[in-house]
Amino acid sequence: MAAILEMRQITKTFPGVKALNNVNLTVEEGEIHAIVGENGAGKSTLMKVLSGVHPADSYEGDIVYDGQVQSFKNISDSEDKGIIIIHQELALVPQLSIAENIFLGNEQAKAGLINWETTFKKTQELLHKVGLTDSPDSLIYDIGVGKQQLVEIAKALSKNVRLLILDEPTASLNEKDSDALLDLMLEFKRAGMSSILISHKLNEVRKVADTITVIRDGESVKTLDCREDGIDEKEIVKHMVGRPLEDRFPEKTATVGEVVFEVNNWNVYHHLKQDRQIVKNASLNVRRGEVVGIAGLMGAGRTELAMSLFGQSYGKNISGEALLHGKKLSLRTVSEAVQSGLAYVTEDRKNYGLVLIEDIVRNISLANLDGISKRGIIDDTGESGVAERYRKDLNIKCSNVYQKTVNLSGGNQQKVVLSKWLYSDPEVLILDEPTRGIDVGAKYEIYSIIDKLAAEGKSVLMISSEMPELLGMCDRIYVMNEGEIIGELTAKEASQEAIMSMIMKAGDKQHVDAIV
Amino acid sequence: MSTQSSEVSVAASEKPNVVTKSWKGNIREYGMLIALVVIMLFFQFLTDGVLLKPLNLTNLVLQNSYIIIMAIGMLLVIVAGHIDLSVGSVVGFIGALAAVLMVNFDWAVVPTVVVCLATGGLIGAAQGYWIAYYRIPAFIVTLAGMLVFKGLTLALLNGQSVGPFPETFQRLSSGFIPDLFGEGGFHMTSFLIGLALIAFLFITGYKTRQKQIAHQIAVEPFKFFLIKNAILSVAAGYILYLLSTYKGLPNVLIIMALLVSAYTFFTNKSTTGRRIYAIGGNEKAAMLSGINTKRLTFLTFVNMGVLAALAGMVFAARLNTATPKAGLAFELDVIAAVFIGGASMQGGVGKVTGAVIGALVMGVMNNGMSIMGIGIDWQQVIKGLVLLAAVIFDVYNKNKAS
Repeated sequence: MAAILEMRQITKTFPGVKALNNVNLTVEEGEIHAIVGENGAGKSTLMKVLSGVHPADSYEGDIVYDGQVQSFKNISDSEDKGIIIIHQELALVPQLSIAENIFLGNEQAKAGLINWETTFKKTQELLHKVGLTDSPDSLIYDIGVGKQQLVEIAKALSKNVRLLILDEPTASLNEKDSDALLDLMLEFKRAGMSSILISHKLNEVRKVADTITVIRDGESVKTLDCREDGIDEKEIVKHMVGRPLEDRFPEKTATVGEVVFEVNNWNVYHHLKQDRQIVKNASLNVRRGEVVGIAGLMGAGRTELAMSLFGQSYGKNISGEALLHGKKLSLRTVSEAVQSGLAYVTEDRKNYGLVLIEDIVRNISLANLDGISKRGIIDDTGESGVAERYRKDLNIKCSNVYQKTVNLSGGNQQKVVLSKWLYSDPEVLILDEPTRGIDVGAKYEIYSIIDKLAAEGKSVLMISSEMPELLGMCDRIYVMNEGEIIGELTAKEASQEAIMSMIMKAGDKQHVDAIV
Repeated sequence: MSTQSSEVSVAASEKPNVVTKSWKGNIREYGMLIALVVIMLFFQFLTDGVLLKPLNLTNLVLQNSYIIIMAIGMLLVIVAGHIDLSVGSVVGFIGALAAVLMVNFDWAVVPTVVVCLATGGLIGAAQGYWIAYYRIPAFIVTLAGMLVFKGLTLALLNGQSVGPFPETFQRLSSGFIPDLFGEGGFHMTSFLIGLALIAFLFITGYKTRQKQIAHQIAVEPFKFFLIKNAILSVAAGYILYLLSTYKGLPNVLIIMALLVSAYTFFTNKSTTGRRIYAIGGNEKAAMLSGINTKRLTFLTFVNMGVLAALAGMVFAARLNTATPKAGLAFELDVIAAVFIGGASMQGGVGKVTGAVIGALVMGVMNNGMSIMGIGIDWQQVIKGLVLLAAVIFDVYNKNKAS
């Protein structure tokens, strides 16, 4: 096999930082090449160099593509050669249709007039290739994230892609959609396409990748050939973090006590379409020192359940009761929820968790300004002391606590959000996808924090789409599907299969109900 | 020769590293202040020294007082992520209301002032209600308010000017603080008050710096701190001296100084102020942190209404009559002042002192160009370009920093 792409000795320097240092990457024709590495290792920078976002003279080294040295000045240069990147944050216009999005900037037009017939026909063909049956004129707005990802791929196909680059494509997908996407990648491979997959999820990488290049601190430290035997996740992790990670989850140290938080018959309706019930009669409880998981597919209503509990920050016509130590809580506003001892760590830290333009200090104190003020006047000294304490306790990596949170890596941002809620001193912590978009090393740290909290007697409710994480961390797992809690498993009973079959069965039952 | 030059270059390449670092950090913070000083010197030169004549300096303060008062309120509105286009019309409306109450109905000054401030608050509440609780864009609501209150001003005044005001009311804008020493000529009381203020600012500045050092916050080098404060103190002292040789400190300057310090304190130190910045920075995150974002947004507009009412009275008192045209296009000057002062269109960023400096930049330019006899046509062109340049400079700096 010949190499379709060779990046030789790529060095890219930003003012004050060497982001890439002599990175080498060789992608063979027709293979799936995975790039793994911790956040901030330089994966995205490397792809920006490749796609021309960082133009040809801004880095050192050569990009050899198709046997020729290339000097891309911008994205359209690289796209012309068939190198297409699909970014983690999808670049679709929600208000436009699938067809309009696919041909955005590449309209099927003559003399500036769009030919809708060809547009639709071609869109249908492309959608067929990626296994979507939606109508080309459905709005992006109305289809789920999983399908949006597929639309992005269809868009790439429309540009005669030869080297497809997927940056964390499954970060926001559930297991089923992720599998479908990975299968699609394998299918493209059989058709002869080359692709690069950037991912944190090592099981996925192992499933589809032919070759893995590990990047650490801006250097390509290792290239592993998966077609050879003897490569397991542990080894990949070892190269990523530069040290072996014996266990991916910390040893449990908490002891479980009495029931602290209890929810009974909780119902929530959609905030716009008020006849749509999002959470149906949900009941659950969490004990002192217990970590309880909520498993389920995307759209099962887990986040909605959590947010509706947290001061009705989601939903309409909310009914049911929530009890803390057997006492009924009034949770009409977020401030009431916080006062009652609840904390909710969002799944979307950039949009819902942090004030990115402000520094670490101000983000940590935000939910408990009363704690660092007297009669409404803030004590600066006390405030920075609090931030300093959490920086040490949670090992937040930053130049100092006055660094703006926008400049922190995902893992450190998450630690800042956690600090904010720890400082509000809750009894019940609801963690929604606490390790999303975080690298392996930082994940372990977050797990350790969660375990420490449980050991201190806090009750933790943890929503996650990564089943290994739930299985590794939780004492008990509730399974949610279509707004209902359809089952409960103890740590012993729980397994990936048990959870999935529960969801599948529930799906079948609903299907039958619908037919009957 | 060659060795010497290489030594020099080594030393030079090491040293500037430290200096430029502190310069870069400070130039952004003091950029507008430096610009203001440069603009003042520029016009001082072009107007043959008229700009800093005591009489003109006093006029400068009086002319810009109402813009500065509103800029403080507007800063909070813009930091919260909104805008208020109605303030100019509110100025006109409140002026008219004050005139009608005092001239046509013979109300006394104090109840008139109270009613006017309350009315301003109500106007702010009426607009803030829709913006905060119904999420109608502030641009639309206050655009509507701008039309409504412009119309109501006309209706209230029957299209005519109403005046003059009682003398007590006029003093709001054209009065000066009394001189306790009564020597005549030089206004000693004003001068002493001013000196005390400068000393106070210097000491607080020093204390803040010590505190920051204790917390390992990056501070400018001590030399820089001293030079900066010395220049500021001398400049302030000189202006103070000039004012004292005329009639002393105008009443409205005292009002302004109180407002500026109160709101600077509020934005820097109070939890409520902090929450407003958080709302502008990320409303959803603020909401999920237990902040009552709706009520605070609402109150920000109420505050703006009250300050606009105060500005309306100051302006009417200065003209000594309420005219249907009062307040016309003031909102543009106020908004421009806030943005020149470094506030961000996206919200979450901005300083009270920045807004005040922004207002002064606009004011000095107005004043200087008028003295020079530049027509109103070209004045507008130049002001527009300065606004654009200031914001471009700011955005360019931010991009470079990130």
